[in-house]
Amino acid sequence: MATYPEECCGILIGRPLPEEEGAQVERLLSAQNVREEESRHNRFLIEPRTILAAQREAEAAGLEIVGYYHSHPDHPPEPSTFDREHAWPGISYVILSVLNGAVEVTRSWRLQDDREDFQEETIDTAIGTPALAFGAR
Amino acid sequence: MSVIIEIPTPLRRFTDNRSQVEIPTQEGHTVEQVLRQVVEAHPSLQRHLYGDDGRLRSFVNVFVGDEDVRHLDGPQTSVADGSRISIIPSIAGGRR
Repeated sequence: MATYPEECCGILIGRPLPEEEGAQVERLLSAQNVREEESRHNRFLIEPRTILAAQREAEAAGLEIVGYYHSHPDHPPEPSTFDREHAWPGISYVILSVLNGAVEVTRSWRLQDDREDFQEETIDTAIGTPALAFGAR
Repeated sequence: MSVIIEIPTPLRRFTDNRSQVEIPTQEGHTVEQVLRQVVEAHPSLQRHLYGDDGRLRSFVNVFVGDEDVRHLDGPQTSVADGSRISIIPSIAGGRR
């Protein structure tokens, strides 16, 4: 939580599990928050060039971008209207609530196809492996 | 002439799971025209690429090869035979 009290963000690389509407995460890529300094406490931005490079790297390894994560410093881990307007369905949006510099709660969300709302999904952490798996609730 | 549009993972559910869509083009075709053709072929992409105002959503970026079209002629950037066009989000969000 080195970025606290600013927001952190990054890319989840792994394998989609289409039959479960979920994904298995193999790698986390932390990304630089390129928002201007005065906005970083409540906004994040990962540049498209960073995402294009991550997408190509993932595909070369037989993997895909399966989601993104960001933190909400001193705020609940629920998607904002702004988050909804800047999302696509079909991938996971993980939000970490960070209180006083420590991760308090982590939740994961998927945008509905009609863009009206996010649905929460479960996060399964496999102890002893770097993998996370997401699934529909 | 034709170009290849690379479809990002989350949007493949709207392109019959295809990772690439080939679009026939003519001399002088622009990125904007090519994107409209993709949406005509796969209409459920519309709301995820374009806002209610009919403009590309602010977080949707288009690359021709390795170049962001914002650094070229924007949506009016012309495409060449065999151009590879990528649709890439900028990931923006945050509380409030």
